[in-house]
Amino acid sequence: MKNEWPLWEIFIRGQHGMSHRHVGSLHAPDAEMAIKNARDVYTRRNEGVSIWVVEANHIAASSPSDKGPLYEPSESKVYRHPTFFDIPEEVGAM
Amino acid sequence: MYAQMVQSEATQDDPEKLAAFQARIDAGEKIEPKDWMPEGYRKTLIRQIGQHAHSEIVGQLPEGNWITRAPTLERKAILLAKVQDEAGHGLYLYCAAETMGVSRDELTEMLLDGRMKYSSIFNYPTLNWADIGAVGWLVDGAAIMNQVPLQRTSFGPYSRAMIRICKEESFHARQGFDAIRKMAEGTPAQKKMAQDAVNRLWFPALMMFGPSDKDSVHSAQSMAWKIKINTNDELRQKFVDQTVPQIEFLGLDLPDPTIKWNEERGHYDYSDPDWSEFFEVIKGNGPCNVDRLAARNKAWDDGAWVRDGLLAHAKKKAARQHAAE
Ligand SMILES: [Fe+2]
Ligand SMILES: [Fe+2]
Repeated sequence: MKNEWPLWEIFIRGQHGMSHRHVGSLHAPDAEMAIKNARDVYTRRNEGVSIWVVEANHIAASSPSDKGPLYEPSESKVYRHPTFFDIPEEVGAM
Repeated sequence: MYAQMVQSEATQDDPEKLAAFQARIDAGEKIEPKDWMPEGYRKTLIRQIGQHAHSEIVGQLPEGNWITRAPTLERKAILLAKVQDEAGHGLYLYCAAETMGVSRDELTEMLLDGRMKYSSIFNYPTLNWADIGAVGWLVDGAAIMNQVPLQRTSFGPYSRAMIRICKEESFHARQGFDAIRKMAEGTPAQKKMAQDAVNRLWFPALMMFGPSDKDSVHSAQSMAWKIKINTNDELRQKFVDQTVPQIEFLGLDLPDPTIKWNEERGHYDYSDPDWSEFFEVIKGNGPCNVDRLAARNKAWDDGAWVRDGLLAHAKKKAARQHAAE
């Protein structure tokens, strides 16, 4: 069985105004069929208003072992959060 | 359950890594496909998720059997939607298994040549319309018992597939209950059919949870890994406790005369199914094993030209587009 259809990752916009969200994957011979299949597999109950399909081997992903170098630098930068600053109550909403 | 008697694979990994992995699971973290995992975890899960996926797919056969003969157009549309959901469930689960480095076609091949199993329940026939009601109500009902806790399983893609599946399952159980209720409240002949369906499917439904805990040897490792959440007997008891009052509501006789409320335990006592029958079915000697596998093989073989044709067309189209750029 070497003629396997490629794998596609499926992203669905659940409602107007929301981002597309990854919902799963499926096999299809091409993008057009991937969208048709995604409609049947992932939106049988009105779960979406828009579908994106991306061939899985076109997705580049960060590796779990890079977790430290990637995300630790932001841990020490607490001043990026508004709660870092003390604003006197008299100043009002900010 | 849909995955019965899944043997846990032994693991020969670095003890330090194993301990760190177990600590993540104990802390309730999800394991994602690219994370390090013990070889035994990966192999056991491929087998379990694969068997679960195959069950969804083969499970379409006994119900598909009645789509064209549903008593009304509405029942037909409902059954069609239900069976289509099961195809979707199979696909969600194959995708989850594929994240562990096995391809869907490899899994299919192992189903078709008998190396992988599917749930014993689908080797029983659906003889008439009452059976379709009983299957939705009892079989999907039993599946729900197992799938609800599995939403919390440690492997991320499996857990997410389970969450999707559980959202769709109560429709399955309810449509079955509704269909059999109609018959139980119908003419004496219809009521008799409903009773007969419950009588025949009760013990096969209990078998879905797998052998009794005292004979179930594979649980400890799987439970530590959180790919099995409850024991077989726990889930079976839960199913019996939920279903007995429903049978009584329908005004049907209990399919097992030994069923009795046990005040002290706070549960119904019941009889185990005939486990020798279960093992025969697992071995391939149930009433429909041969038919089910033949039907899957035929569907796969008959579909080959469509799969190949669509792929050839896609390649040709891509090449043409490439040339035009
Ligand atoms: Fe299902
Ligand atoms: Fe179902």
